Amino acid sequence: MSTIVSLPDQSTAKLPAKSYLNQEYGLKSWLLTGDHKRIAMLYLFSITFFFVIGGVLAGLIRLELLTPPADLMATDTYNKVFSMHGIIMIFLFLVPSVPATIGNFLIPLMVGARDLAFPKINLLSWYLYMGGGLLVLATMVLGGVDTGWTFTTPLSTHYLNTHVVTAAMGIFLAGFSSIFTGLNFIVTIHRMRCPGMTWFRLPLFVWGHYATSIIMILGTPVLAITLVLVALERTMNIGVFDPSKGGDPLLFQHLFWFYSHPAVYIMILPGMAVISEVISTFSRKRVFGYTAVAFSSVAIAVFGFLVWEHHMFIMGVSQYSALVFSLLTMLVAVPSAIKIFNWSMTLYKGSITFETPMLYAFGFIGLFTIGGLTGIFLATLGMDVHLTETYFIVAHFHFVMVGGMLMAYLAGVHFWWPKMTGRMYPEAISKTAAVITFIGFIVTFFPQFILGYLGMPRRYAAYPADFQVLNVFSTAGASILGIGYLLPMLYLPWSLKYGEIAGDNPWQATGLEWQIQSPPLTENFSEIPIMDHEAYDYEWLANKTHHEVQTVG
Amino acid sequence: MDSPSIATTPHELGSSGLPHAHDHPAFMRHHFEDIGQQREAASFGMWVFLLTEIMFFGGLFCAYLIFRNWYHPAFVAGSNTLDITLGTTNTAVLIGSSFTMAMAVYSAEMRRKGQLVLFLVLTILLGGVFLGIKAVEYHQKYVDHHIPGMNFSIQEFVHPTNPKAIPLAPDMAEKTQLYFFLYFAMTGMHALHMIIGIGLLLFMVARASRGAYTAGHVIPVENFGLYWHFVDIVWIFLFPLLYLISRYR
Ligand code: HEM
Ligand SMILES: [Cu+2]
Repeated sequence: MSTIVSLPDQSTAKLPAKSYLNQEYGLKSWLLTGDHKRIAMLYLFSITFFFVIGGVLAGLIRLELLTPPADLMATDTYNKVFSMHGIIMIFLFLVPSVPATIGNFLIPLMVGARDLAFPKINLLSWYLYMGGGLLVLATMVLGGVDTGWTFTTPLSTHYLNTHVVTAAMGIFLAGFSSIFTGLNFIVTIHRMRCPGMTWFRLPLFVWGHYATSIIMILGTPVLAITLVLVALERTMNIGVFDPSKGGDPLLFQHLFWFYSHPAVYIMILPGMAVISEVISTFSRKRVFGYTAVAFSSVAIAVFGFLVWEHHMFIMGVSQYSALVFSLLTMLVAVPSAIKIFNWSMTLYKGSITFETPMLYAFGFIGLFTIGGLTGIFLATLGMDVHLTETYFIVAHFHFVMVGGMLMAYLAGVHFWWPKMTGRMYPEAISKTAAVITFIGFIVTFFPQFILGYLGMPRRYAAYPADFQVLNVFSTAGASILGIGYLLPMLYLPWSLKYGEIAGDNPWQATGLEWQIQSPPLTENFSEIPIMDHEAYDYEWLANKTHHEVQTVG
Repeated sequence: MDSPSIATTPHELGSSGLPHAHDHPAFMRHHFEDIGQQREAASFGMWVFLLTEIMFFGGLFCAYLIFRNWYHPAFVAGSNTLDITLGTTNTAVLIGSSFTMAMAVYSAEMRRKGQLVLFLVLTILLGGVFLGIKAVEYHQKYVDHHIPGMNFSIQEFVHPTNPKAIPLAPDMAEKTQLYFFLYFAMTGMHALHMIIGIGLLLFMVARASRGAYTAGHVIPVENFGLYWHFVDIVWIFLFPLLYLISRYR
């Protein structure tokens, strides 16, 4: 199979003598750093940590569901397990996954800046995230919370004796972490672009993160105030969400989903951003319809704010508003489809090669398409009444969030691994991991569509025996998936020491980040670059005379 | 064709590892190209942050609008128990503090250190007066048993002692609790912002007296000014919404 990988001669190649990794040593130099690349690494470690915890909880869920009765754990324990799984995976893994790690690392490099606009705020974000993470861990140690990740009132405010307030505080802090990340990105993208870097020369990765940041800064504060209200309602019984005092539980739903629907786009737009880069690089073509893809990100961010009520169709909202929201929900699928079509057109007649990031990208396109299309099922009013609160929903959002975002995250981590560390990951085993992940994913989650369609409700520890076969499939798939995720956690650290030296630009990619040494210098560019060509200009790259590796010392 | 776009030659590096040309003011951060970029980034960042703040308060305003619409009589009754004299005084105090803050920014720009410190201190004082008056009002609510979740009683609304007040049916009177909750949540959140602001002001006074902002580095004062005016504007909305519902009766 052909490949575009071009590595320096391994017998003579060396890592650059000076880079952000060896600029300074010691724990303090990491914990007090202002360097966006080091902060990205801090995030990479911490979100992997939380991903493992969330993953173990997922394993427990699947294990319980292997057999029809609730036999592995008590039903209220089961409730806590899936709640903690949801909270950790959504707020502590998926929301920061791509933006806080890969985005943090790359946005300054891609716009040609030395750092994000506010390095200290960037570090503060990480501490807020860790604070939030510790509170969530504390919740778990103290005995957990069993509201589901949605904190539905009045369940969360009146009927439970679990640690709702602690968990809410944790999410509140993590929320401010993502607000500050978004703020930093927006200011950086507006104000820190290098000379010649016009808006339409920005890589699509940057556009995707710009749209994400808009959602982060406009949506997350609403979640924050909502959680404050839940905590007050719970501790002081003040009545905003309590019908017996004239309050309204639906108000909670509106406020919560006003954030949480847009938040699902926080959890997909950065993934799409990664995919644009990967697809272009491994088909050696400019992304087809650059402008359309760029604007579709912004359109998703804008429309995303207008559809939240589709989570409330059966909650007694007015039928007319449900009709409007059903229509708007279908509209938001349009920009997502635009992206899929444009990526397909990019592939068409491209010189495609199948390196690991590309395999993950293919996985993303297939699985996200299924996830998005089933979203349309759910947006259809009559259909949703049948499917809501069943495993169909569970399958839908796992297709977009795990099949979509997690695949994109892994695509991104592999794609930029050489840039971040200076070394290649081992290609053969990582390809295997990508394929295992894909197969494991399908086996785990596809049966859940059928289960949901047949009426198996979500969030119960027990189910009728008729459903067992499909559940066994799902649990078996989850085990395969687990192996798929375990592999990168093993070979990526391995490659830090034993991987091949990557050189500046192993993929022959066009982005600014690939034109500097890997791993980059602390100040990124020794001189601020001038952008004199369009994004994804492979001709420019080919014509560029081979220049020396930009290493210092 | 060799492209000039990417620097390829190794660059002389200063001992700190950052490329240095020490022809910029000391307060410029090294990752910015020039002081103009730093200034623009900082003030743009502040505006984006204020946008976030608007959304944060927005959740509360949304709840307010819905419940006010549903339980209008209860909101009127609740609103009429607030002390309008104190509320108006506080509005004036806060607008005054916005003025002194604006003067502080002006003094920083004019590089007048003493004047800057004076106006910052005045802003702190006015902010303190505002919080003091607010505390008096909160205390009054406590005495009147109007604090939801603590000692709430609907007595005053069902059998008003004030002859001009219209008595409410008990179930509507219950809803005054929502009004008072929103009153405390919104003014409390506002007061919290003031307290944070005063904390920052104290820090800035300390730095200003050492001349930190009067040598061209006015960005922090300017940005804090934006924050302070924002908090002021929130109050400008809170005052009519909470104090002035159907006052003509
Ligand atoms: C592409 C267009 C999409 C459409 C039309 C769509 C539509 C919907 C609808 C109508 C529901 C509500 C179902 C119900 O509760 O009855 C839903 C649930 C959900 N969707 Fe999507 N969706 C789309 C994409 C996404 C994406 C990209 C994500 C995340 C990355 C996502 C994550 C979720 C989640 C987490 C839920 C369930 C929330 C819960 O109740 O726990 N969706 N979707
Ligand atoms: Cu949604």
